Amino acid sequence: MRIQFVLSEIGIGLRRNLTMTIAVIVSVALSLALAGGSLLVRDQVNSMKGYWYDKVEVSISFCTKFDAAASAQCASGAATDDQVNSVKAALDKMTPLVEKATLETPTEAYKHWKDSNPDNPLLAAVGPEAMPQSWRVKLSDPTKYDVIQSAFAGKPGVKSVDDQRRILENLFGLLNGLQTAAFVIMVLMLFVALLLIVNTVRVSAFSRRRETGIMRLVGASNFYVQMPFIAEAAVSALLGAVMASGLLLLGHFFVQHWLAKRVLFIQFIGLSSVLTVIPLLVVVGMVMAGIAAFFTLRKYLKV
Amino acid sequence: MIRFDNVSKTYPKQNRPALDNVSLEIEKGEFVFLVGSSGSGKSTFLRLCLREERPSTGAVHVLGKDLGKLSNWKVPHMRRQLGTIFQDFRLLPNKTVAQNVGFALEVIGKPRSAIAKVVPEVLDLVGLGGKEDRMPGELSGGEQQRVAIARAFVNRPMLLIADEPTGNLDPQNSVGIMKLLDRINRTGTTVLMATHDQAIVDQMRKRVIELDKGLLVRDQARGVYGYQN
Repeated sequence: MRIQFVLSEIGIGLRRNLTMTIAVIVSVALSLALAGGSLLVRDQVNSMKGYWYDKVEVSISFCTKFDAAASAQCASGAATDDQVNSVKAALDKMTPLVEKATLETPTEAYKHWKDSNPDNPLLAAVGPEAMPQSWRVKLSDPTKYDVIQSAFAGKPGVKSVDDQRRILENLFGLLNGLQTAAFVIMVLMLFVALLLIVNTVRVSAFSRRRETGIMRLVGASNFYVQMPFIAEAAVSALLGAVMASGLLLLGHFFVQHWLAKRVLFIQFIGLSSVLTVIPLLVVVGMVMAGIAAFFTLRKYLKV
Repeated sequence: MIRFDNVSKTYPKQNRPALDNVSLEIEKGEFVFLVGSSGSGKSTFLRLCLREERPSTGAVHVLGKDLGKLSNWKVPHMRRQLGTIFQDFRLLPNKTVAQNVGFALEVIGKPRSAIAKVVPEVLDLVGLGGKEDRMPGELSGGEQQRVAIARAFVNRPMLLIADEPTGNLDPQNSVGIMKLLDRINRTGTTVLMATHDQAIVDQMRKRVIELDKGLLVRDQARGVYGYQN
């Protein structure tokens, strides 16, 4: 088989069907970009889960003298050292669930708060004495928060038992929702792209029925007759995949140079993740288009 | 070369068979006319020879192969060993004469050097030397059919199947085409030609096979178009 002859036939075919080819390229690009995006969001969520679940703690905060009026829990005023120590003693008995419990002093709490909210106007008005002291409890299984909650909520001097994971769950929920939405749109777009490919191949087969008829007549193999159509679909898909890759890189550029500077608490996935997804998109796009073309030809190109 | 053993062909959704229990044999090197009115089964007969259709019952042997048992992927190879021409020439309008003939070789993967050598030879043979770079639209009907014959003959097939090759031509061009087919026949190629052209059949005095409503009604050596004797 002669490559040059085949390539020129493919070029002629793509140009003849230009509007259809463009439609295929764009819809393949969009569906693959969404597929890639949804894969990357999943990577992002996984990497964040790994990163944050390792860091999240349950915090058992104690009453301060300011809480006495605001909270019924703290009616008896600031927690005493005895109360703080008895909680610690109870925590120590809860191994292996409790891996570690460290005391955060009001001064440390104030410093953390100041570091993460440097522009807060309250900063000037409030001093370290407003911050509670708390036990930061690291669990061997972060999902077993309930055990700590039921053991210590309502104990004398304990103001509240908070699970940091709660805050993250909301974020992950949002990201998972985005991922699902991207996936659903991708499936729809992929379906549209497939229909377009099927239709393009059909029109292409019809407009070239003279050539294919003569090819069959002179004994061209089925592969030789079908190859240009399959190659055309695959080349369109390749162009679409290249566009999709461009969109993903553009998105990555936006995240790195814009979003990352504004959203500091998230560790964004790097270029390497994007570069692993791209070859996958190219292969999936081309194979999918080729298979769609092949099955269309079985119907519209009789031997 | 061609053997039909009790071949019947009934198309789906049709009651009457297009071909009804036909048995005959065509030997190597013969020149055979296939005649009969429209709907007599001529086209079906040719389509069975080309394995565009399979027989409903019976067996079709072409070039020593049982076409009913030939698997799909072997069909292209079998078609390379025979040439086919049609009433409507079936040339590619956007390719030159030489490219049209070369196309038949390109799609079966012949190297370019072989194509460049063989195409002018066969164009000379059919009397189109010097017209390699013309487009089909610039040629007369007779010349276009010569291009088609060149394309069919470029692989030197053992069998040439012609479906009303003179159907679109005036008598003078028809005679030219028949002389060419006769010459090809004399090189040893078997020619099977379906036709309505009474003058040609009467003049050539070759074997005539007549079909009527799917039945083989006449098989006559050195026959004429209509009944005689």
